[in-house]
Amino acid sequence: MDAILLQIFNGLDKGSAYALIALGLTLIFGTLGVVNFAHGALFMIGAFCSVTLQRLLTLSHETLDPTKLDFLGNPSKIKTPYIVEWFGADAGNTIIDWSVPLAILFAIPIMLAIGYVMERGLIKHFYKRPHADQILVTFGLAIVLQELVKHYYGANPIQTPAPDALSGVMQILPGVVYPAWRVVYFCFSLAIIGGVFAFLQFTTFGMVVRAGMADRETVGLLGIDIDRRFTLMFGIAASVAGLAGVMYGPINAPNYHMGMDFLVLSFVVVVVGGMGSLPGAVLAGFLLGILESFASMREIITLIPGINQIIIYLVAIVILLVRPRGLMGRKGVME
Amino acid sequence: MGILEVKDVSKRFGGLKALSDVNLSVAQNTCHAIIGPNGAGKSTLLNCLVGKLIPDTGSVMFDGQSVLGRSPHEINQMGISRVFQTPEIFGDLSVFENMMIPLFARRDGAYRMHAYESVASEKELVSRALQMLEDVNMADKRHMHAASMSRGDKRRLEMAMCLIQEPKLLLLDEPTAGMARADTNNTIDLLRQIKDSRDITIAIIEHDMHVVFSLADRITVLAQGTPLVEDVPERIKGHPKVKEAYLGETAHA
Amino acid sequence: MFGLEKKDLNLLIIVALLTMLAPFILNPFPTDSALAQFNAGYPDLMQRFVIYGIFAIGFNILFGLTGYLSFGHAAFLGVGSYSAVWMFKLLSMNVLPALVLSVIIAGAFSWLIGFISLRRTGIYFSILTLAFAQMSFALAYSVLTPITNGETGLQITLDDPRILGMSATADGSIPVTNIFGLEMRAATDLVIGPWSFTFSVGYYLCALVMLVAFYLSIRIFRSPFGMMLRAIKSNQTRMNYTGLNPKPYTLAAFVISGMYAGLAGGLLACMDPLAGAERMQWTASGEVVLMTILGGAGTLIGPVLGAGMIKYFENIFSKINEATLHSWFDVLPDPMENGLVWVLEHFVGAGWHLTLGVIFMLVVTFLPGGLVEGGQRIGRLFNRTKAAKDDESAATKPAE
Repeated sequence: MDAILLQIFNGLDKGSAYALIALGLTLIFGTLGVVNFAHGALFMIGAFCSVTLQRLLTLSHETLDPTKLDFLGNPSKIKTPYIVEWFGADAGNTIIDWSVPLAILFAIPIMLAIGYVMERGLIKHFYKRPHADQILVTFGLAIVLQELVKHYYGANPIQTPAPDALSGVMQILPGVVYPAWRVVYFCFSLAIIGGVFAFLQFTTFGMVVRAGMADRETVGLLGIDIDRRFTLMFGIAASVAGLAGVMYGPINAPNYHMGMDFLVLSFVVVVVGGMGSLPGAVLAGFLLGILESFASMREIITLIPGINQIIIYLVAIVILLVRPRGLMGRKGVME
Repeated sequence: MGILEVKDVSKRFGGLKALSDVNLSVAQNTCHAIIGPNGAGKSTLLNCLVGKLIPDTGSVMFDGQSVLGRSPHEINQMGISRVFQTPEIFGDLSVFENMMIPLFARRDGAYRMHAYESVASEKELVSRALQMLEDVNMADKRHMHAASMSRGDKRRLEMAMCLIQEPKLLLLDEPTAGMARADTNNTIDLLRQIKDSRDITIAIIEHDMHVVFSLADRITVLAQGTPLVEDVPERIKGHPKVKEAYLGETAHA
Repeated sequence: MFGLEKKDLNLLIIVALLTMLAPFILNPFPTDSALAQFNAGYPDLMQRFVIYGIFAIGFNILFGLTGYLSFGHAAFLGVGSYSAVWMFKLLSMNVLPALVLSVIIAGAFSWLIGFISLRRTGIYFSILTLAFAQMSFALAYSVLTPITNGETGLQITLDDPRILGMSATADGSIPVTNIFGLEMRAATDLVIGPWSFTFSVGYYLCALVMLVAFYLSIRIFRSPFGMMLRAIKSNQTRMNYTGLNPKPYTLAAFVISGMYAGLAGGLLACMDPLAGAERMQWTASGEVVLMTILGGAGTLIGPVLGAGMIKYFENIFSKINEATLHSWFDVLPDPMENGLVWVLEHFVGAGWHLTLGVIFMLVVTFLPGGLVEGGQRIGRLFNRTKAAKDDESAATKPAE
């Protein structure tokens, strides 16, 4: 029983990431009608926002310590982060320790800006073009973003540790302990998902966007400037992906190709959930995450070797064939 | 016994009853018009004939065989060709190629992999395609991109694509919708010519009474999913039920 | 001749001349001149030109004609390579049976994937093919290790049976790939003054295979089958109501393009008998899409051009480094030189993929018809007056 619970929990953090990316993909697809292959890159950029913040916070000036010599006999260098100098050792080190959560604040404006530039600068021109063109141009953009990150940050993964207080394990149920940060990640993504749904459900803006998702032309006829709202929607979707990336850093050290890895799976998630269905995307994200984690259990792998590698694809193929619209897809969307 | 026999066909969309117990018989080598106010179920009926929709109940027999459950391409192979309200042609292909495809479909069936010999080497089909283009006055346009033609030309091309298959039954879905008067008259002339020159049965859905009365041998009036009357044009003209159906529509509009 | 119309025949002859004379054409600079780094006439690179040309020609039959965008074609390339290496391990080092098996296995595999993927169209189709390719990639790395040798990649060894050949040569080394005794790596150098040209058996085999592949693709383009494929792209509704079933046509196109990919994969293995899973990754699928689009999807010559361009620039760009850039812009004032070098170094060396991504975006955005369309536009600019007169011929045959 505990083993099963543990697998479910294991699946939740990956599932959260899938759900968040798939949510953004669906928002963009539903509102703008664009298939965004660069969405994984946004997730990756989010993760590198926290890498950047960590680097900014640890910017140091070097002093020589004549009391200690390194192996060549020169005085060894001591690095003191400016933050520590300005705020004192305690506060400074705490800020550095909490750089990943702090990066949330740092990432939101950046992701909104990137989303805005992407939509106004590129995606806008592809609304009327065939889906194949949209796929191709965003695929190109994904390569560009990925290569730029690789150029500046290198090809190796960069550790972004969780704050000390959250890096241990947590007793979630009697007898079940679990890494604290993964619990945090799950709660965080639930909060984001809840926030997005509440935003769409309870604000006038969200109402218009939902109406636009259902029938763009009619909403346009009502004299509502739907395009401007959709631009903002793209920014929000980019932020959701970015935040998912920021917080994912401590689980998997950010590297330049993490976006592509997640993108393929997230697309599969969207398709399984049903193109254009937000609840479908979230549901399928968690479902596939958990399924993947079950398939990674040793008992199952010995039974069917390699199943953990392909389970998501297999499920997607089966779903597409028996339920072509996905779990919660609407009729008439992308048929 | 007509070439097309529709028996007790009903079709529902959720709560809306689009067709209820439609019976229709189209006699061979006649032109049968189906008219009716908006929302009378004309298009639904047409879609049931070509395999796009499957009726909930009833049967549709064509040439002694049931069409129900067959896909559009199978029904076409049985000898039914359809002209759409907005012309459906191969826009990226040349006008000449648009004529060749139906010819291949008629000769080779739904699928045949001719991947080696060139299109141009099919001398007999080529000459038939050119002849047909000649007949519809489009020979000079044969190299044009079909998509770049005027709407009237596209419709003529679509009609020619259907005719070249020598169908037993030609279905026309509002062939003059959105046309100027002069174009409408041209289309009427073209259709009359087709009707007179070959053995063909035509079923036509039309709003324009001028077109209907110029062409039809028999007319069925459809209202709210049921056939109201069926008769020859002369008697339809003054029929009180028909007036009611149409006036009812204008009164509501 | 060859059952082709004059225009197509001319195209075939031009391509044949270019490929046969490639060792000269691609080595225009003397060996020890500064420009020798732009030479591309060595066998290894020329082989890649034509092999990826085959891959792109095949992909174009699917994407260019039917418009179905597959993101999984690298899987067939990989399968082709694996099959060929297995043939080298089990049968003999002769490339012929290896190529035959590559094509057959890739064809069967693509039939299976196509049969399922083609149940859906549009973006669903793209994602399904992507999912299948990623699945094959994951499997090749893990469960299928007995067949694929996992991360190391499949190689030929001294203890392979090779029932029709020999496990090891007389001097105890691994035998090399050959065609009826003629070794793939055999080459002769021709030195004329400061120039040096290399002619290798491997390249000429690949070039001949590509010419055959290109010839077949011309025939497919001009055939009723090719016309049907274009009709599918143009209007599936009309297709159905004309009595044609689009599905078997699309599946046939998918399998043909899968077989081309398998042939390309097999040739890669013939030139260098090893096969790795990374060949199946979706970035590799993206690359063939790019080649096809860059050259011009749906055109005959486009994919060949695209493949050549991408592979050439890949080679040249990755060789350039910061020092080379500095030496180029030496004449400029220092700040300008440094600025230029700073910008350009993003795009060269390891930054080649960045260049690739940028080209991708630019082509899709501004030149969806690829180089061929670009060429036509330039041509039209010059011929505007003439074109006005014989407008008719300019609008003919969209397949060019």
